Amino acid sequence: MNIFSAIFVDPFAQMISAPDLLAQTVWEGLVGGVLYSLIALGFVLIYKASGVFNFAQGIMMVFAALTLVGLHEKGVPAWIALGLTIAIMYGLAVSIERLVLRPLVNQPDIILLMATFGITYFLIGLGELVFGGNPKTMITQELLLPSGAIDLSILGGTVTLQKLDIAAAGIALAMVAGLGIFFQKTRIGRALRAVADDHQAALSVGISLNQIWVVVWFAAGVVALATGIMWGARSDVSFALQVVALKALPVLILGGLTSIPGAIVGGLIIGVGEKMGEFYWGPLMGGGIERWLAYFIALAFLLFRPQGLFGERIIERI
Amino acid sequence: MSEAPEILLSLEHVSLSFGGVRAISDVSFDIRRGEIRAIIGPNGAGKTSMLNVINGFYHPQIGVIKFGGQARSRMKPHEAAAQGIARTFQNVALFKGMTTLDNIMTGRNLRMNKNLFWQALRHGPALKEEIRHREFCEEIIDFLEIEAIRKTPVGSLPYGLQKRVELGRALAMEPKLLLLDEPMAGMNREEKEDMSRFIVEANQRLGATIALIEHDIGVVMDLSDRVVVLEYGRKIADDVPDIVKADDKVIAAYLGVSH
Repeated sequence: MNIFSAIFVDPFAQMISAPDLLAQTVWEGLVGGVLYSLIALGFVLIYKASGVFNFAQGIMMVFAALTLVGLHEKGVPAWIALGLTIAIMYGLAVSIERLVLRPLVNQPDIILLMATFGITYFLIGLGELVFGGNPKTMITQELLLPSGAIDLSILGGTVTLQKLDIAAAGIALAMVAGLGIFFQKTRIGRALRAVADDHQAALSVGISLNQIWVVVWFAAGVVALATGIMWGARSDVSFALQVVALKALPVLILGGLTSIPGAIVGGLIIGVGEKMGEFYWGPLMGGGIERWLAYFIALAFLLFRPQGLFGERIIERI
Repeated sequence: MSEAPEILLSLEHVSLSFGGVRAISDVSFDIRRGEIRAIIGPNGAGKTSMLNVINGFYHPQIGVIKFGGQARSRMKPHEAAAQGIARTFQNVALFKGMTTLDNIMTGRNLRMNKNLFWQALRHGPALKEEIRHREFCEEIIDFLEIEAIRKTPVGSLPYGLQKRVELGRALAMEPKLLLLDEPMAGMNREEKEDMSRFIVEANQRLGATIALIEHDIGVVMDLSDRVVVLEYGRKIADDVPDIVKADDKVIAAYLGVSH
């Protein structure tokens, strides 16, 4: 009975008795979740358009952040460095399309997945070669990202909101909204959805696959840059950061590989679930459950909805 | 007074092989502007390969293709589309997750060129453009009598309707040349009659030149102005339906010869 109450009663009693702590936990979870969503979004964009599971998404994030900081270290003003980094991500998208995707078109998915492993190691090598392997500090102030915190006195206590987190959430929302509108409303967006459905048919109505691939890899690159800045600001910019990309996997399982709303909602669920689990149930197991809880949640989901929350139901006529 | 008919597309001595397999050997024929041209032949004769060559999916190793009088070299499918070649596929190739209307709208993709920024905001010139194209697509939907499924995701439609939506998407491109790969495969009599009517009207009312592959010889003979017959990648006959029908080689190809 003791263990039963420790799992099913005490945590909820705690939530009710200290709503300020609950609010704090949920907020932190949401912020982490927004960043997971952004990473997952990068995967979804590329997967939708080319059916490639882009293993390099995590390293693209590090590479983008590293380029930004590295350029700044070399004396380039912050905003110009940001512009240059975006240009470099565009260059990267074009090169990947030309040198990797185009020669491998129509190859089995596994070949393309392996190719993205190749891109990963190439980017690690290139990043270390040009900017060195030492952890760097993100240039938050130069980019006018706020620091410090706001204390809110609500719910009979204090809830601390880091200004950086608020900015991160704001930027992430703006990006998601921007991408959503771009892909729903524009000609390129319609073309992208067409490519996602049927390559041949897309070609026959005059859509250039090559152009679409560059567009999505560039969009994923920009998303990677934004994520890299946010994660970099919370810790350091180093290659170790790419492991957070692995956190996108449970998000993708939860949200479905092909759904942009799924990536967002999935990210938030994982973020909040992780923080709440750690705070309320973690002590039962000696803490540290944050590391695996996300995968656990995703697995539990997988049992009931294999296609994810918003994934496309696979309908096959037989 | 009669002028020589204008040639829209011509293929001269085209050969295509995959590795050691010859799919098309030294085939020449042309398509006149405004006609309905049928390509027929037994299974494996190279008919679909022929269409794939015309719209740039395949590049023949030998031969010249002239479209609108201009010879072209290795043209990509989307470039062929930009020049006015539209097509449908043997096994319907639609965007299954999208609605009928969206599928047909993709056919207008090449004609939409307003700023992406305005498109995203649904504002200004881009909004006018979107409305204009939408109207055009609605006309096609009326024409093909598929008003009722305008908002239905095409993946859930029955096969006959999917074929119709696919034709709609191709027509939305206002093609100069429309390639139809077995537009009536797997259809019942009634559906075939509907489809034949749409093809004739697309040709006469909308002015599309049409090249079609079809197995139903009755339909082919009724619809087409001229017929090319392929067998094992070679051309064995090329004339108006009545003459082709009586051609010994054609009869042999379809029925076999007694020895």
